[in-house]
Amino acid sequence: MSKKIIADKVTKIFPTPRGPITAVKDFSLEIEDGEFVCIVGPSGCGKSTFLRIVAGLIPATSGDFRIVVDPDSAEGKPLNNIVFQEYAIFPWKTVKDNVAFGLEMRNIPKEERYEISLDWIRRVGLTGFEDCYPHELSGGMKQRVSIARAFANDPEVLLMDEPLAALDAQTRAVMQEELVRIWESDQKTVLYITHSIEESLLLGDRIVLMTARPGRKKDSFQVPFDRPRDLSLTSTPEFAKLSFNIWESLQVEVQQTLLVGAESTDECE
Amino acid sequence: MNGTERKEAGRKILTLFAVVLLLDIVLAAAGLWDRFWLYAILINLISIGVISQWGTAFIAGGNLHRYERFLSIGFPLVMLFAWEMLVRVGILNPMWFPPPTEVMKALWELSTEYDKFNETSLLGRPWLIPEMYREFGWEGIKILVGESHLIATLTRIFLGFVFGSIPGLIIGVAMGMSRTIRAMLDPVISAMYVVPKITILPLMMLIFSPFGETYKIVTVAISVFFVVLINSMVGVREVEPILIEAGRNYGAKGVQLFKHVIVPGAMPVIFGGLRLALGTALIVIVAIEFVRAKSGVGYITWYYWEILKPPKMYAGLIVIMILGIILTYGLQWTEKLVIPWRKRRDEAKEQRMKTRTVKP
Repeated sequence: MSKKIIADKVTKIFPTPRGPITAVKDFSLEIEDGEFVCIVGPSGCGKSTFLRIVAGLIPATSGDFRIVVDPDSAEGKPLNNIVFQEYAIFPWKTVKDNVAFGLEMRNIPKEERYEISLDWIRRVGLTGFEDCYPHELSGGMKQRVSIARAFANDPEVLLMDEPLAALDAQTRAVMQEELVRIWESDQKTVLYITHSIEESLLLGDRIVLMTARPGRKKDSFQVPFDRPRDLSLTSTPEFAKLSFNIWESLQVEVQQTLLVGAESTDECE
Repeated sequence: MNGTERKEAGRKILTLFAVVLLLDIVLAAAGLWDRFWLYAILINLISIGVISQWGTAFIAGGNLHRYERFLSIGFPLVMLFAWEMLVRVGILNPMWFPPPTEVMKALWELSTEYDKFNETSLLGRPWLIPEMYREFGWEGIKILVGESHLIATLTRIFLGFVFGSIPGLIIGVAMGMSRTIRAMLDPVISAMYVVPKITILPLMMLIFSPFGETYKIVTVAISVFFVVLINSMVGVREVEPILIEAGRNYGAKGVQLFKHVIVPGAMPVIFGGLRLALGTALIVIVAIEFVRAKSGVGYITWYYWEILKPPKMYAGLIVIMILGIILTYGLQWTEKLVIPWRKRRDEAKEQRMKTRTVKP
């Protein structure tokens, strides 16, 4: 397998009126093609900042990163697409047009992009809602639209920024299982940000722990569970044991965040 | 709502009704209505409000919508009736407060009779249309339309609105998009925005000619311009950053980002601005017509005040009111066409209203 994302000593420093804040420090990460990697860390640790750097939305202060493009990729294939925590789907577009948005921006003819769009709407289970506007949908449905939009655009890598964090616990459980199913049917390279250990164990191939700010690489765990996975996995003793191991490693960092105080947690997220 | 609660509500309603009725009768018997009519009317109207509120106890959930509509039509009628009665029994002076029936009659006269003295005709003598057409063709109809005060005002509002809102929209959006343009124009615009727009009327008469229509339309246009500009700028700046980020992440840039993300995102605020601007345009044009015009709805209202014919003055006010309502509804209708994703929200709300039920 070849490398898909290569990040080498990425550092991000935000200038603020109270002096510079280092959000991410010397963070290195290599992701294989078709690998599902979860970054887990306490809130405010800079994991979202790292994702935004990979997405090209903000520049890194120093360090090197790149997304490796497949030599036989179709022309115009986007490098990355994000599934945002706040869904970030367009209220003025119908479900169908939201899912087709990336394709429309690439000037793919209407018929073709609707065909892809409708296929993905079906795969995320939104058939019958093609012509609805987002405000008519529940939170879970909006996030399905956002996920479908990302998959439909078929990027080199998918970036997910705590996509399920805004949902209630029950919807989240359903969506986790669906996300597993969707990903297993279309194995893209995924960088997944979360602060839920269970979620990362259920979804990911590998879990990277980040320290409290400034965010550095703390630890890395290979997830040994076979695919296809579903929610029943979470009730196995192996799952619980691994989950606790990760928690032990993470706990120190969370406590550190709490000690540093809440005053400045929002700047880097 | 169960039986005991309903009984309770019924008792309260009857008691209040009896008390207020008794009060009215006592006042009438003692001949005190003349002195205390304002307080008496207030007590009566407030009691009607309270009784209507208690009355919801008797309305089944499905009928609540209809009950509300009944109240929203019925209560204004009650107030008009009170006005009418106060004049009829001689408490209010009919010279200054002509009763509603009188005003309606004046409105009818205003629209159907031609006042030769000041060439006033609200609608432009529509009954002459066949005759004038036979004699002068389309020119004849143009003459008739030209003398209509309603059309005169509408034309000024329309032209002023178009010439003001289009540049306002363009410059406002540009200011919203570009920090540089904002830095250059913001102080000037902010300073001029707070000036009451009617005060530039003399200036406009100086720049253009103090005769004809140009200075009137330009004054309206400038009033509209600032309101639309400020709202367009705010609308563009308040498009959610996360949506712009998403737009960029999915490959939109330049014109595409503008067309698919920024314009639709700013649209609700821009339409809010257009609505405000329409209200401003109406205020400004009526003020101009008060002081400087020989035609228009504002002019006839002022004219009938000057020759002391209050019923027709009131009729003019009613026409202005109707004009305001029609313009607002027209804009709302356009808004529904342009912002369909909001239309559905309203409909969904209406649907909820209809299915709203009171728990048994």
